[in-house]
Amino acid sequence: MIVQALTFYLLAGVTLASGVMVISARNPVHSVLFLILAFFSSAGLFVLMGAEFLAMIMVIVYVGAVAVLFLFVVMMLDINFAELRQGFLQYLPVGGLVGLIMLVELLLVLGGWVIQPQATAVAAAPTPVIANVSNTEALGTLLYTRYVYLFQAAGMVLLIAMVGAIVLTLRTRSGVRKQSISRQVSRRRDDAVEVKEVAPGSGI
Amino acid sequence: MAVALGHYLTVAAILFTLGIFGIFLNRKNVIIILMSIELMLLAVNINLVAFSTHLDDLVGQVFAMFVLTVAAAEAAIGLAILVVYFRNRGTIAVEDINMMKG
Repeated sequence: MIVQALTFYLLAGVTLASGVMVISARNPVHSVLFLILAFFSSAGLFVLMGAEFLAMIMVIVYVGAVAVLFLFVVMMLDINFAELRQGFLQYLPVGGLVGLIMLVELLLVLGGWVIQPQATAVAAAPTPVIANVSNTEALGTLLYTRYVYLFQAAGMVLLIAMVGAIVLTLRTRSGVRKQSISRQVSRRRDDAVEVKEVAPGSGI
Repeated sequence: MAVALGHYLTVAAILFTLGIFGIFLNRKNVIIILMSIELMLLAVNINLVAFSTHLDDLVGQVFAMFVLTVAAAEAAIGLAILVVYFRNRGTIAVEDINMMKG
């Protein structure tokens, strides 16, 4: 019990601290690295809650794909980040005010709210006993049967995102020498070599 | 379930607020704004999974997976737009983006 609580406080503290560092780090590369740390420790929180499959997906998708994509873009673009940080302190009061109001509202909601006792009885898909069915198996059973159309829709979203990203960033550059295999293959000896009759004593 | 539901919800609320604060704080840097949006989506996911596990209802985790999908798609498209914008303008300052109209 105490180990669980300590783990929770450790993971939550690391998540929140790295969240603070994401928005306040001077160097965006550090921001991305702290974002990775935040994702990682929240995956730990997911494990603590008992959602192992989602935690692993979190590590794979967020840390493995999204954060690396961010890192790639940050390092690829040659940006003057010092210039972009101008006005940082200027926006601090209004941002702090809005954030504070938001946080107070959320915590007020959190304070004055209870779960109805019969809420677990009307669950749409009750979690099976963990001894019989693992979290991954239960989730897969649900996802591939009752929510299969939503699953397809998610695939469609990803497909469209992929096509969109390619369409946006693809460009045909002029003046680049490329191999043209059909031209190479269709080249005849006559096109390249010419036999000339040279009369003795005179040049060409 | 040793740790109460309220603890997770508090973490998620603070993380969401950090995301909003980050958007206000880094008004000029699109990359940090996108990262703040990712933080907010992460907070939403923590909420969904916390409710799902505490109410023993798996649908919350299914929904969190879809949020994850949309977050990945959003990051890919957002960064692609960012790269195209950087190629056109040589900077990623947000306040100049309205000059792109037309």
